[in-house]
Amino acid sequence: MMSRSLLILFGVLAWIGMLVLNCFATELGLQPEGPEAIRSSVAPTVALLESRGSITDRRLEWPTWEQWWSLILLRDYNTRVVVLGVTLLGAAAGMVGSFTLLRKRALMGDALSHATLPGIGFAFLLANQLGWDAKSLPLLLFGATVTGLIGLGVVLVIRHSTRLKEDTALGAVLSVFFGGGVALLSVIQQMDGHAAGLESFIYGKTASMGIRDVQLIAVAAMVCILVSFLLFKELKLLCFDGQFASSRGFPAIRLDIVLMGLVVTVCIVGLQAVGLILVIALLIIPAAAARFWTEKMWVMFLISGCIGAAGGMVGAGMSAVFARLPSGAMIVLVCTVFFLLSMVFGTSRGILVRWLQRTQLHRSIDRQHLLRAAFELVEPKRATPGAEKESVRQDGHREQVTVSMQALLGKRSWSSWRLNRAIDRAARDSLLYRDGDGISLTARGVIEAARLTRQHRLWEIFLIAHADFAPSQVDRQADAIEHVLEPELIRELVSLLDQQDIIVPASPHPVEELKS
Amino acid sequence: MVTNAIPLSIDDLTVAYHRKPVIWDVSLDLPAGSLVGVVGPNGAGKSTLLKAVMDLIPRASGRIKVFGESYADNRGRVGYVPQRESVDWDFPVDALDVVTMGLYREIGWCFPVRKKHRQAAMEALRRVGMADLANRQISQLSGGQQQRTFLARALVQDADLYLMDEPFAAVDASTERAIVDVLRDMRARGKTAVVIHHDLQTVAEYFDYVVLLNMRVVAHGFVKDVFTPENLQKTYGGRLTLLDEVTEAMRHQRRKL
Amino acid sequence: MIFAISWNWSLDGWIVLAGILAAVSAALLGNFLVLRRMSMLGDAISHSVLPGLAAAFFISGTRNSFPMFIGAVVVGVLTAYLTQWIRGMGKVDEGASMGVVFTSLFALGLVLIVQGADRVDLDPGCVLYGAIEQTPLDQVRLGGFGVPRAVVTLGIVTAINTLFVLLFYKELKLSSFDPALSTSSGLNAGLMHYLLMTLVAITAVASFESVGNILVVAMLVVPPASAYMLTDRLPVMIGLSVALATLAAVLGHLGAMVVPAWFGFESTTTAGMMAVASGLIMLLALAFAPRHGIVVKWCNQQWLAISILCDDIVALLYRREERQLPCVVFENELCRELQASRWSIYFSLVWLQQRGETTDANQRIALTEKGRDRARNLVRSHRLWENYLASQTLVDGNRLHGLAERFEHFTGRELREQLDKEMDAPSHDPHGSVIPVEKREEGA
Repeated sequence: MMSRSLLILFGVLAWIGMLVLNCFATELGLQPEGPEAIRSSVAPTVALLESRGSITDRRLEWPTWEQWWSLILLRDYNTRVVVLGVTLLGAAAGMVGSFTLLRKRALMGDALSHATLPGIGFAFLLANQLGWDAKSLPLLLFGATVTGLIGLGVVLVIRHSTRLKEDTALGAVLSVFFGGGVALLSVIQQMDGHAAGLESFIYGKTASMGIRDVQLIAVAAMVCILVSFLLFKELKLLCFDGQFASSRGFPAIRLDIVLMGLVVTVCIVGLQAVGLILVIALLIIPAAAARFWTEKMWVMFLISGCIGAAGGMVGAGMSAVFARLPSGAMIVLVCTVFFLLSMVFGTSRGILVRWLQRTQLHRSIDRQHLLRAAFELVEPKRATPGAEKESVRQDGHREQVTVSMQALLGKRSWSSWRLNRAIDRAARDSLLYRDGDGISLTARGVIEAARLTRQHRLWEIFLIAHADFAPSQVDRQADAIEHVLEPELIRELVSLLDQQDIIVPASPHPVEELKS
Repeated sequence: MVTNAIPLSIDDLTVAYHRKPVIWDVSLDLPAGSLVGVVGPNGAGKSTLLKAVMDLIPRASGRIKVFGESYADNRGRVGYVPQRESVDWDFPVDALDVVTMGLYREIGWCFPVRKKHRQAAMEALRRVGMADLANRQISQLSGGQQQRTFLARALVQDADLYLMDEPFAAVDASTERAIVDVLRDMRARGKTAVVIHHDLQTVAEYFDYVVLLNMRVVAHGFVKDVFTPENLQKTYGGRLTLLDEVTEAMRHQRRKL
Repeated sequence: MIFAISWNWSLDGWIVLAGILAAVSAALLGNFLVLRRMSMLGDAISHSVLPGLAAAFFISGTRNSFPMFIGAVVVGVLTAYLTQWIRGMGKVDEGASMGVVFTSLFALGLVLIVQGADRVDLDPGCVLYGAIEQTPLDQVRLGGFGVPRAVVTLGIVTAINTLFVLLFYKELKLSSFDPALSTSSGLNAGLMHYLLMTLVAITAVASFESVGNILVVAMLVVPPASAYMLTDRLPVMIGLSVALATLAAVLGHLGAMVVPAWFGFESTTTAGMMAVASGLIMLLALAFAPRHGIVVKWCNQQWLAISILCDDIVALLYRREERQLPCVVFENELCRELQASRWSIYFSLVWLQQRGETTDANQRIALTEKGRDRARNLVRSHRLWENYLASQTLVDGNRLHGLAERFEHFTGRELREQLDKEMDAPSHDPHGSVIPVEKREEGA
């Protein structure tokens, strides 16, 4: 099992490495031709791609097959790099998001991402004043990080030192900082309209991402993914039981800071791709979707990364091909579709699976009721110690008694439709067969019915006699009550039942306690 | 590692929440290789005492020594079994995973969990009678089974001092018996266990040494000497209203002269 | 002059009024969101009304119609409902399910807007932060006056919200505090929840044109939070939130005109500045709120430390008197004995002088009669506690002093009498010192 995990780990890292390499292809000399060489061969696609994903774009054309094909093969260097960069971002966000989901801090990233806006504005203004390149991405992102962290700090201070609760602190920081950012942006707009580029941070605009920007995203995403892998078990412990982690010497506060640092990184680099309003979606949706597929955290972590990556890839791709589909929105919508599919079809906690389990449970209960009812209608009327065992032993020769539908219907409050369905299913399993207007238990059916009745009666008397601690011990799915309770207890229960003249069918298992 | 050092030595410990002293001036030395019960009314600070020993909450004053050294230096020799309510049982882990968490410190930062660790965890689960439930997701375990999982998590560390917060709370009789068996086994191996307990009827049966706590230590010593009606009256009797009053005043900073 | 602004009542007046109405209508509802710990749900609904707006535009083709409200309200309520559904059916954590719903709806809205952009001119930026400056330009005639349409809409919404809060005051109060009790006593908490959410959606939609959705969130959370810091009573909190929201709106508009001018720009968006103004107000409230403010709490602590030091000084002088040591001391002796800084000692002495409990002649400090009384009470408390602790607890002999030292500052006459009674009027403490007798009640 260990080697399997290693294999998966290796595979994932290799795939990620390949993506990253691709983003740095020109630097590494792997990409012989620059963008220009391809341009002439796929001119229509490029023309479309050049104006892709813009919010104010007004053309709508269904792409030709040629364009679909070139997208799927990621022939165009620009597209390829952007899509791959966004895929990496999605993977990183999915993985980090699985921790924040389990830590129940899903919305903290929301406040953080909204708080980045004033930082972007300040960075721009400052750079302008100092005569630097005000639109350089690292600079703007640095400003974003600073105010994002300040916002986070304010949330923590408010939560810790005042009577305001966490959700209030988040809402306040989110709206105030964002309002400030908007005010700044409007001021910047008056400076010969440069702010158009800055608005892309709000909605995301992959079209404005250059190669350098994607490389930044790729590197940051790699770092996040690596840290998540390395610190997986520590973060898992932190999310599950922070106090135990502290008692073992794992500094809970510092680990929390590391986790928040990962969230900050994902938010900041996601600003370009998805925009600050929706970057929180990447942190929440893939992780929430992954939860439906498994009960093991390691698997959930990996699936979450995959869903995030897939969402990024498909969403960015669609946004590239269709004009007038904002990239951020498309990525989020694709992830949402995955979420809905997971919620319904997830193998571990999905609605469908739970419904199936419930149905199965009802069916098994119905069968038990049916068999028990049938047995109770045919069993010998009086309890004498030997008689019942004898009749079972002579099973094969016992007169097959037919039980009528009427009698069965009367035994429990069930509809005839339900009863008939149960009978049909039991007949398919050769436990009984229809006989005229009623049913007749087969040999196998008699044994099974006897077992169920014994089970039921012993459990009943157990629950009554030992009500104080019974419920936690009752495992009614157990094959035999003997597997759950101790021999002395069984003996006691059987004798209790004997005292009340209730027949206890013999146990199907040779068990010692009946002797002595 | 057998040592004659005192497993837990507390000196002049005072802990305050929001400026209100919750426990104060606790001083005791526990004898090695014994089962220690800590009893007292609700809100008497029993959990606070354990958490203060483990540096989980800050102390206003006092010194704590575990086997002669500070807790931080001797962490590996202390096992902790917290209350069941302290975690979200819907977490995607199974019982084996939870027990393995007790070994994370040994495994070290960033290294993965290996087969031998999982085997050690299985062994611990076997000791508490949960071997066949190892792969069950924890929300599908009953209360008693969850408690046993926590116990196994502490056992797997093979510590010398165990701190347990209400392990017998709301568990069924067979789990209670299992836990007592484990405790007695520990004692036979020379380990010490400090257990917060709520059921006065069973104190004499389960424990050798008892600490009666109600914000301060009313009495501590061997059960036969100290577990007397008089001491119980002092602990549970509620005649501490004056202390309560002054601590409330301190909390609200109401000064009167 | 830095405050030179051009104020035009027919323009700015309407803008400010629209801002005030938007702020107040949101703040009224926001009180209950904050109390129910649902501040983020307000944020979620404000984001998720976007697709409703967009869809309504496609259907009706204009901005000013009833279908727009209906569409947005439907989506708003849907958000609350979907969040609960995902949480229940999918067993997803509440914050996460909210996140899933509102981000996907917002994304859907963005796509719809961009797709249908040539049919309807709706700029998402406008949705987010509004264009309040445009308000006075779109007027309707109302009884012979030209009133901006936005003001009319917002006025209606404010009236509805006010009516809602007034009529359902006790129901809202109960269901916010104890939903289970509320439902069991016949008032369906779930119904109140969805009613509240509907009104939040309506408010968000009504405001989007003037202040945009993000500012609605600010007004839903920040003024009520500030009010919550300032008072413990719900009616006062609601009133304060309205007042603070109004203040934020006014300051916001003024700020939008004035502040950029300081830096050489023209004005900026009013909506953004309103959010910032409300944030600054909240900051002030957090720091200086009379009982809960951070700064105020710190000041109280410092004050307490000084009072305790005063106690220690008089007690020290008294004890010296008891032991017949020279009871006139210098300041630096006090610093040494009590291990306090010069500043604290200085302030304490000043205070004691003011209260007439010590005298200061030539740098020598001495007790007055009044000071002696105070010290006597302290020492009496101290020794009574030592007695009590020694007999009632297992506390070690040498620790008694430390504990009593802490308790003596908080022990009033009543408590002393109780201690006295408990211990049957002891005359000596465990160390053998005499316990001073309580001075007769002078009526002073």
